[in-house]
Amino acid sequence: MVARTTEPIRTDPDLPPVAVVENGPMPASRRAVFVVVAVIGAVAWSVLALARGETVNAVWFVFAAVCTYVIGYRFYSRLVEAKIAHPRNDRATPAELHDNAKDFMPTDRRVLFGHHFAAIAGAGPLVGPVLAAQMGYLPGTVWIIVGCVLGGAVQDYLVLTLSVRRRGRSLGQMARDELGRFGGVAALVAVFVIMIIIIAVLALVVVNALAASPWGVFSLAMTIPIALFMGVYLRFLRPGRVSEVTVIGVVLLLLAIVAGGWVAETSWGQDWFSLSPVALAWCLAAYGFAASVLPVWLLLAPRDYLSTFMKVGVIVLLAVGILLARPEVQAPAVSSFARNGDGPVFAGALFPFLFITIACGALSGFHSLIASGTTPKLLEKESQARPIGYGAMLTESFVAVMALVTAVIIDQHLYFAMNAPAGATGGTAATAADYVNGLGLGGTPITPGEIERAASAVGEDSIVSRTGGAPTLAFGMSQVLSTVFGGTGLAAFWYHFAIMFEALFILTTVDAGTRVARFMLSDSLGNLGGPMRRFRDPSWRTGAWTCSVVVVVLWGAILLMGVTDPLGGINTLFPLFGIANQLLAAIALTVVTVVVVKKQLYRWVWIPAVPLVWDLVVTMTASYQKIFSSEPRIGYWAQHRAFQDARDAGEQTFGVATSPAQMDAVIRNTAIQGTLSIVFAVLVLVVVVVGAVVMVRSVRAGGLPTTEEPDEPSRMFAPRGMIPTAAEREVQALWDEHARERAGTAARS
Amino acid sequence: MTRVVAALARTGRAVRWYTTTLLGDHDYARYVAHVERLHPGTAPVSEATYWRERHAEQDTHPGARCC
Repeated sequence: MVARTTEPIRTDPDLPPVAVVENGPMPASRRAVFVVVAVIGAVAWSVLALARGETVNAVWFVFAAVCTYVIGYRFYSRLVEAKIAHPRNDRATPAELHDNAKDFMPTDRRVLFGHHFAAIAGAGPLVGPVLAAQMGYLPGTVWIIVGCVLGGAVQDYLVLTLSVRRRGRSLGQMARDELGRFGGVAALVAVFVIMIIIIAVLALVVVNALAASPWGVFSLAMTIPIALFMGVYLRFLRPGRVSEVTVIGVVLLLLAIVAGGWVAETSWGQDWFSLSPVALAWCLAAYGFAASVLPVWLLLAPRDYLSTFMKVGVIVLLAVGILLARPEVQAPAVSSFARNGDGPVFAGALFPFLFITIACGALSGFHSLIASGTTPKLLEKESQARPIGYGAMLTESFVAVMALVTAVIIDQHLYFAMNAPAGATGGTAATAADYVNGLGLGGTPITPGEIERAASAVGEDSIVSRTGGAPTLAFGMSQVLSTVFGGTGLAAFWYHFAIMFEALFILTTVDAGTRVARFMLSDSLGNLGGPMRRFRDPSWRTGAWTCSVVVVVLWGAILLMGVTDPLGGINTLFPLFGIANQLLAAIALTVVTVVVVKKQLYRWVWIPAVPLVWDLVVTMTASYQKIFSSEPRIGYWAQHRAFQDARDAGEQTFGVATSPAQMDAVIRNTAIQGTLSIVFAVLVLVVVVVGAVVMVRSVRAGGLPTTEEPDEPSRMFAPRGMIPTAAEREVQALWDEHARERAGTAARS
Repeated sequence: MTRVVAALARTGRAVRWYTTTLLGDHDYARYVAHVERLHPGTAPVSEATYWRERHAEQDTHPGARCC
């Protein structure tokens, strides 16, 4: 057997080593650990997959997920590292080279993991799995875990690796550099439109969660004065005391949730804070505009601190809650809706619609915008891209698994009463009970009284047709957390706590997204040249305001359309959100694959190509069905024609539309949605085709140069992974001693 | 007993270090060290000014937050 070797790497004879290269087989004890992990994982998967008839405990989801992540991280991500990423820790990262103690700054790997995770995780992995639960627990669980290990985490990791070697350039810039001007422009336009639709659909989730809920509206509205207070505190009272002000903010936030319960009891509270969906949509648009033009220190930065703190806290709370409460699963492994594609939550068969409903959590294109641009400028060592890029995505996948668990432990009748559109449930407890009892779910039928009691238990007037995923997640979370902490008396608190943090995450995406889209728009306008060049100056207020208005109007219009949609907004728009996100992933994976081909790593090109091809098959099938399906429930244009024909025939009502005005709304909405599907698909196809052309050209030429920056030797040390090895600890001791000596010399001179 | 207390104290310090570093409490100290190391002789700006400059930077270079 070959022994382990450790070889320190020096770039400067006067400095301690900057890296340690360790090779050799894994120690026997370590192997035994992985065998045990693999066996536990296999048992957990068998329980999930083979249980029929008997109840399954939610803890098996946690075991199946964690064991698969451990194996995937230790073996698959190491393969990707060895065959494609080729990290070299004697090479200086952009953070070390361009260190300015601001956006470029070598950051402790554990802290950077937290930053990266807070930036990639949001409401997406919480909402998608909840909606996908209509197909049963098994398909969603398999896709979240396997999709992440082989697809999503690989994308995040490789985009981060690419960007680290390119001074932290953004995905759009890398697309232009590697695919040429035409492909680059198509990628940039695609990123912009995709961003708009993502903001709109997330805003729709918030609106659906808060409409006619004075408690929720009050608590969320209070986050704005709390953030303003934090901003002023940090700017004028105690600059730099970030954790101090964050703790104050979190306490105020919890107080706002409790106070929301009192306010919702009063008549003035009900008058002021019971907002209609349309009113809420206007409020959100106004908020997005304000966040885009106000200085960052006043609103965005403090909101971000709150959001980061809450994200980590809530996710830990939920994991602990599930492990302690160990709830039983109510949903079937595979429901009849998965086989027939006629579910009320979203239309379409398991393939492809499950895979676009669970977008974030398994494979999320949006992450490539964070893995390029922000995180690579903070990385200490190239090899840390693996724990941060791959590792943070595994964590997000785990969040998605927990979200799925909260949806499948709810009584199935209640789940569908909450998630079927109002057109189907009729909006009242009595009609909803009739509707869900007619779905053939099995088990005991539900009574209207039970639906009403479930609503009042969480402090709401009604929970019928609270679509969008967020209320269901909050309901399931409140069920889990109230069993562990506080009993039924706290169920209403936990429900609004969950609604509040989901809304907070989404607002963070909405405000930051609006701002990013505004800058993308003004940069693109500025690049047109001539008098437009002025748009490139971010301090030009007119330009900033104009671009902000354009961005907010674009997503605000889609939001209003979803809010007033007679077909029920979420189930028509969520597929567009998923398709958009997955298409962004296709762009990112295309850029990665092109670079791998240019570097002639042909034997390993399947590592990014398999997720790319799978993603293209899924999104193109979904887009095709959304555009060309003759079934009105699935195809936007089929729905459009059906309503148009009814309108032409002079009918006054059709399907769920109860008036000619509603019919017109459906005709208009389906036309917009259909057009957007076409635009997305065409833009991405352009990028992929350009990518394929570049690849063919590269293969013919025997490889092409990439735009990687030249080598610069590193002059600092940091461990390769999260936990330093024994050899790395020794080197760290040398550096500590070196620093003491230097300090001593400086003091003597 | 003392060992348990010591372990708890260590965990507490680790959590505190992590949250304060994650949120940015030590960023100014890092900046001062950075100026001393790379630009010796120049005086670092005050803490309030440092944060003003950082926020001004963020004003013009927004970072995306994922869904």
